This record gives sequence, C-alpha cells and structure tokens, in this order.
Amino acid sequence: MEPSNKNNLSTSKLFILAGLLLLAIGMLFGLTGALQYLAPQFLKQYLSFEKIRPLHVSSVVFWIIFAAMGSVLTYLQQYNGKKIFSPWLLKIQFGIFSITVVAILITYVFGVFGGREYWEFHPLLAMPLITGWILFIINFMASLVSFKNLPVYVWMWLTGLFFFLFTFIESYLWLIPYFRSNVVNDMTVQWKSYGSMVGSWNMLIYGSSIFLMEKISGSKKYSHTPIAFVLYFTGLFNLMFNWGHHIYTLPTYPFVKHISYTVSMTELLILGRIIWLWKSSVDTARRHYHQAAYRFLLAADVWIFLTLLLAIAMSIPAINVYTHGTHITVAHTMGATIGINSFILLAIAFDILKDSCMPFEKSIKWINRGYYTANISLLFFWLSLVMAGILKAKWQMNDASIPFSSMMLQLRPYFIIFFVSGVGLITGFYLVLFPLIKNQFICQYKKLFIKREKNETVFIIDQFQSV
Amino acid sequence: MFLKRQKSATLIILLLGFLSYSFFLYMSLPVKSKPLKKEVDAGKMVWQQYNCNACHQVYGLGGYLGPDLTNVYSKRGPAYIGSFLKAGVGAMPLFNLTEAETKSLLTYLKDIDASGTSDPKTFTINYDGTIEQK
Repeated sequence: MEPSNKNNLSTSKLFILAGLLLLAIGMLFGLTGALQYLAPQFLKQYLSFEKIRPLHVSSVVFWIIFAAMGSVLTYLQQYNGKKIFSPWLLKIQFGIFSITVVAILITYVFGVFGGREYWEFHPLLAMPLITGWILFIINFMASLVSFKNLPVYVWMWLTGLFFFLFTFIESYLWLIPYFRSNVVNDMTVQWKSYGSMVGSWNMLIYGSSIFLMEKISGSKKYSHTPIAFVLYFTGLFNLMFNWGHHIYTLPTYPFVKHISYTVSMTELLILGRIIWLWKSSVDTARRHYHQAAYRFLLAADVWIFLTLLLAIAMSIPAINVYTHGTHITVAHTMGATIGINSFILLAIAFDILKDSCMPFEKSIKWINRGYYTANISLLFFWLSLVMAGILKAKWQMNDASIPFSSMMLQLRPYFIIFFVSGVGLITGFYLVLFPLIKNQFICQYKKLFIKREKNETVFIIDQFQSV
Repeated sequence: MFLKRQKSATLIILLLGFLSYSFFLYMSLPVKSKPLKKEVDAGKMVWQQYNCNACHQVYGLGGYLGPDLTNVYSKRGPAYIGSFLKAGVGAMPLFNLTEAETKSLLTYLKDIDASGTSDPKTFTINYDGTIEQK
C-alpha cells in the first residue's frame, strides 16, 4: 500500500497537485481568451489570442495528463499493495514533465510555436515528453506484480500507456517531408493520431475511475466480469477506428469516413453504464463517507449523458456537416474535458489527497458551494456554445453573403453568456481547488516545522548531555 | 465468456487491425502528391511559426476567432490577404512578416485552396446519413 504518513507528499501525489495548479492557471488563460472574443484589443500587444489559446489548451491538457499519471501511479501501488518499482525513476519523470511544461508555457509567452493543434509548442519540446513517458511505462511494467488475471482497469492503464506513446509519436510524423507534402495527407494523419490520443488518455482516466468506484463500493467483482471486458474492448475498438469523424469534410479516403461512422462513439456510453451500475451497489453510509469524490463522479455521470447526445449526433456525417467548424464542436470538447475528465479527476484527487494531516470536512461547505457553482455555470457555458454553434451553422449553410465579422457580431450575446458563465465556472472550480491545494501545502509546512522542532529538541538534549 | 485466451485473441486481432490500418495509410496516403515544393513548405512553416491555426481553420479544423481560410485564396485573392497581413485587424496582431514570409504564406494558402473545397454547402446528404461532395 501507499505509505499512509499523513504529512507525506509522495511523488505520485505531486503529479495530482501539479495538475491542479495547471488547471487553476489554465482556467485563467481560458477566461482571458473568452474576454478577447468580446474585447479584441485586450492584452493584444502582450498576450494576443494566438498566445492565449495555446497557453490555455496546453495548461488544461497537461492538467489532465498530470492528474491521469498521478492517479495511475497511486492506484497501481494500492492495487499491488507495494511501492512503485523505482521512486527515483518516478522523481525523474516528474522533473522532466514539470520542467518541460514550464518551458512550453514560457515559449508561448515569447511567441515561439510549433503551430500544431493541441501541441502548439516547438517540436523539440516533444522529446523530453516522450522520454518521460517511456520512464512512466518502464516503472509501470516493472511495478506490476503479475500479469495473470488482471482486472479491467489494469488493461485500460496498459492500453492508455502504450497508445499515448504511439499516437504522440504519430502526431509528429509531419516532421518527415513525405507526410506533410500535401495538406490532405498531413491532416488525415494528424487527426488520426489526435482522435486515438484522446481515447488513450481517456483509458487512463476511466481505468482509474473504475478502480475508485470499486474502492468506494468495497467490491472487487466488477473489474473481472465479462461485461467489463466487453465494454473495454468496445472502447478500444473506438479508440482505434473512430477518429475519422474529425475529418468528414476533408477530401480524404471515403472509407476512412465510413469506418468511423460505423464504429460509433460508444465510449462515453460505456462509462455511463459502468457508473450507473456501480451507483446502485453503493450503500448510503459509504456514499456519505466519500461524499466529495462521489459527488464529482455523479456530476460526471450527468455530463456523460449530455456529451454523449452531442457525440452521437456529431458522429453522423449528415449532422456533422452542419456542426463541423462551429462552436458546437467546442461545446462537445468542453463537456468532455470539463464535465467528464475534470470531474472524474477531481473525484480521484479528493480520494488520493484526503490522506493528509488536515481533513476536508472543515472546508466541505465551500467545496459544496464550488461544486454547484461549477456545475450550473458549466451548463450555461455549454448551452451558450451550442447556441453560438447553431447560429454559425445557419450562417455557413445559408448566409454566405454576410461577412464573417457580421456573423460574429450576431453571436456576441452568446459570447457574453460564455464569458459570464466562464467567470462562474472558474469561481466554482477555485472554491473546490483551494482546500485541495491549501491542505497539502499546510501539511508540508507542518512537516518541515515538526522536523525543525525535533532537530532543535535533539540539539538541546545534546547540549545537556555534553554538559 | 471472455476467458484469458479469448481476451488475448481479441486484443491481438484488434491490434493487428489497427496496425494494418495505420501502416496502410502511411504507405498509401490519400493524395498521391508530387515531391514537396520548397515554397509551399516554407509557407506551411510560416503558418505554424505564427500559430495561425489558433484563430483560423483549414477544412473546419482550428480556431474560431477568425474565418476558415481553406478557400480564401480563390475567393478573395492574394492582394486582399496581403493587406490583412500588412495591417492586422481586430484581434489579429500585426505580425510584421517579411516579404519572403508573406510570399511563402500566400503560396501555401494557394496550395490549400487547390486541394479541395471546405464549404459545407457543397455537400449532399445521402439517405444513409453519409455525405458526398458535389
């Protein structure tokens, strides 16, 4: 088991904590970007939109990646019942990722870009990330006690580990002239890698969420059942072959689109079913005990259904042709990354970080307020994007004579709602994040304080003895 | 159902399918293109270096602050695009591109334009939910 020293902040917990800090700053960048939609001159000289967007995207993508790594590393130790194979390798992995992410954010501020969607940093900075991920794989594989009768979440972690590495490297194939010589070829390979990459980090997160569910319910049966594996393989099938829905309007191979359409987006449905089954098996007393973690899983459950509706619609080419390139796509992404990924990871963060010197009970009132503020704001945030998307779709299909700038003016009321609900969202999240982060820092401070006190006592005893 | 062997077999089949699909696409890319044109490639690097993708889309993929630029070259022409690049507008900063960078970027936009049409109005919807470009 993970050492339960309440003052101890292990490296795997540090991944979660670093992720929470990235989420906190990433949301600030996002809010600045939303403001630039309303006031285009705001910070234009220093942090114009082409800098703010990658600052936001990279911060929140790395929040997901850091928290996913932290959850896998912590739960792997709890699953094995022993420490990680090499704590030093883990520390090096953390150091590599932390330094690289800071470097990425700094280069954005100075306008140094690689200019690709998601990974907008210079390609050289991908090298340490690949190295760090390989260390992650080595440590994970060496820590695994046995490969016999593995529960479904370990299969999911293994899938996420290897597919992230594969797709991340694949996303850099454009560096080879053969792949970038034509825009259609380049975009086909680019979105092939991105589609599967999102699926691979989802495998890490959903695997950890199943582990957490079993931990809360106290039953380890589900992760060995046939239905768990049927759902896992359906998810894997989607990860591998459904990426074509990103490029329905690109003049690429038609079979890419047909395969994607046929392999429908069922991964979110899978998780919804898992959570639904789990929920009914948890007794009320235990639910109450893990309240913060449970509540965030429940919120993710609701967002899965909303995002699922949109995802299914967007996987149908006849509907996708309307929604593609509009803010409906953004609504889908926000629903998935905030409503599902972030809420699941916050549930995991509450579970992992609760083992500190300060219980969360004192802050529960503020956490609950934050929880409701975030959820209500996210609903308005999401709806404003859907509405803006519908109007843009109408413009794309009918009103081509109206200039782009005039169409954007028509969307302005929805951008105002988007910004205001964004303020609500950030407020809600900060109310939740503050006690999570604060508790860890206070416990670390206490640890140092106690150490110093102990040393001073030892020094005084030494003085007495010498006398 | 789902014994250890069946799990392994399912995984192997899926992995083989994925790897075959991936390497088929790598080996026979959708467009049989000619060797990389230096000017187009230089334009692509300008596009990426200035992170144009953060605000603009190509084939509906990219940012949402500015318009989709897939067919801007044939619709507006190089002079119109050049004036935007020289002056900057709204949220778009003045990037102070060199003459060479501007020329390369225009060549790249011309190349994208020649690759196809992104206008969703040019698609017909079939009864089975698929779409086809007119």
